[in-house]
Amino acid sequence: MFAMRSGPMSRPRPPATRGSGPPAKRAAAGAWQDAVFERLTQGFALAVLATLGAILLVLFAAAWPALAAFGPAFFVTNVWNPVTGIFGGLAPIYGTLVTSAIALAIGVPVSFGIALFLTELCPSALKRPLGTAVELLAAIPSIIYGMWGLFVFAPWFADHVQPLAQATVGEVPVLGALFQGPPSGIGLMTAGVILSVMIIPYIASVMREVFDLVPPVLKESAYGLGATTWEVVWNVVLPYTRVGVVGGIMLGLGRALGETMAVTFVIGNAYKISAGLFNPGNSIASALANEFNEASDPVHRASLVALGLVLFVLTFVVLALSRLLIARLEKGEGGRA
Amino acid sequence: MGAERNAIYRRRVLVNRFNLLMSLGAMAFGMLFLFWILAVLFGNGVAALSPTLFSQPTPPPGSAGGLANAIAGSVAMVAVATLVGAPVGVLAGVYLAEFGAGSRFADATRFINDILLSAPSIVLGLVVYIAWVARVGHFSGWAGSAALGLIAIPVVVRTTENMLRLVPASLREAAVALGAPRWRVILQVTLRAVRGGVITGVLLAVARIAGETAPLLFTALNNQFWSTDMNGPMANLPVVIFQFAMSPYDDWQALAWAGALLITLAVLALNVLARTVFRQDIH
Repeated sequence: MFAMRSGPMSRPRPPATRGSGPPAKRAAAGAWQDAVFERLTQGFALAVLATLGAILLVLFAAAWPALAAFGPAFFVTNVWNPVTGIFGGLAPIYGTLVTSAIALAIGVPVSFGIALFLTELCPSALKRPLGTAVELLAAIPSIIYGMWGLFVFAPWFADHVQPLAQATVGEVPVLGALFQGPPSGIGLMTAGVILSVMIIPYIASVMREVFDLVPPVLKESAYGLGATTWEVVWNVVLPYTRVGVVGGIMLGLGRALGETMAVTFVIGNAYKISAGLFNPGNSIASALANEFNEASDPVHRASLVALGLVLFVLTFVVLALSRLLIARLEKGEGGRA
Repeated sequence: MGAERNAIYRRRVLVNRFNLLMSLGAMAFGMLFLFWILAVLFGNGVAALSPTLFSQPTPPPGSAGGLANAIAGSVAMVAVATLVGAPVGVLAGVYLAEFGAGSRFADATRFINDILLSAPSIVLGLVVYIAWVARVGHFSGWAGSAALGLIAIPVVVRTTENMLRLVPASLREAAVALGAPRWRVILQVTLRAVRGGVITGVLLAVARIAGETAPLLFTALNNQFWSTDMNGPMANLPVVIFQFAMSPYDDWQALAWAGALLITLAVLALNVLARTVFRQDIH
């Protein structure tokens, strides 16, 4: 057919004005081709959209045997017994949330400091190299963090930080409970600290971007009134970008929740729930990585998939919130692409 | 002025200095970890480098060997994932940038794509396991590629769309005014204008999937021997590193460090390449 002959590869380059029919016919063919091309690209966009539905569907169907057998109790009980075939995923869910909380507690202030440094303090010649260096933290594969964590960081943490922490804050009545557990370097706290390093580049990069959205005139007015750099950042920049900053934190949280390899190496793989953060534990991702290939019992398998479903839904909600918040700030800014 | 003697003023200056110092400390904290990790990696990795790394397959504990099968498997799976994922990502990105203005479908796709960009990779591996490996009954390199492709696509979609949005409307209008159909304008004018940016996106996607371990655990698994059969379990660097690092054998751990160094160098090189050589600013 006429329309098929002029595929993208069939002719030398600028043939747009050299059609083979009268102009009207050419225009009609062009419109037809355009429609096909648009549908084609739309099909691929649809495939991206459908991936999400497929993921949810596949996970739900495979998790159903466990969800049907244990009901809502699966999410709130702590039993993990492949021998009797009774499963309840509270311990890995707890581990996932606790390690992510530790990661945020350390990662958010540090990221804020880095973003503040790069936007307000850093000499402009150093901005590019230092910014890239921070982003390289995100480029290092997670398994490298895991190896470094297991062989280098955990022993160092056990020798130098944990005994010190237990001797000082560990003695404080309520807060001290958090620092209980064997100072072996393996456990929830170590996993949380390593996660914090891994999410810093994501949070810092969003904070930097939104800090740059603040109209210079706002900052200049504050400086003109005699405000110090810190006062400008704390009282002008931060309130202006609050929504975006929270979005960046959510992005970091989403990353921390699903991080697998780094956590698997150092968390200790124990189905335990304890307030003491030096105790070994488990996260959803580490439970999957450690057990899924060995699990032969269908209910055991389905229970692990159910944990995967929990993880996916949890990160989905957190990341969706993050996108919405960041988009709100950018829209409020008006017209910035 | 006498302001210097004012207690409130002094306190403000002190608070300012202290907080800026903390911000400097935060920067140092980040850099400390970066250099700590890299130093450990180079220290252990360089010591374990040897020519047999590229010529011998993974050994049983206690004997000499290399990582040749793992390197080949990783390259093959990443290549397949990229060859399939990149065109899908580019075309979906084209739709979002060129046809998606004001369409709710495009908005939804963009939103979902941004979420998939950060979705936990282990769950994607799990999904490929359930939908593919469990049905076929065996682990395979193809399934590994599929899982990696699922991770690569959102990266390419995002960068392609962002890049196409930077193309000035006047360029499109000029081509359309010459009588070119839309598809030709897109393929031969706008995409061509942002070629460097699109390549950057693909490189970043390769860098992202090259180090992924979790999605391969349930899909490609591992293979102790040299194998080019994509339809069977396939060795790959990340899973070999994981298994060898967790093992109690010194020679396996040394190989794991060597593999870790190789993979990090590859990923960092891709990142630097993407950021410098193909860097493109159209403003």
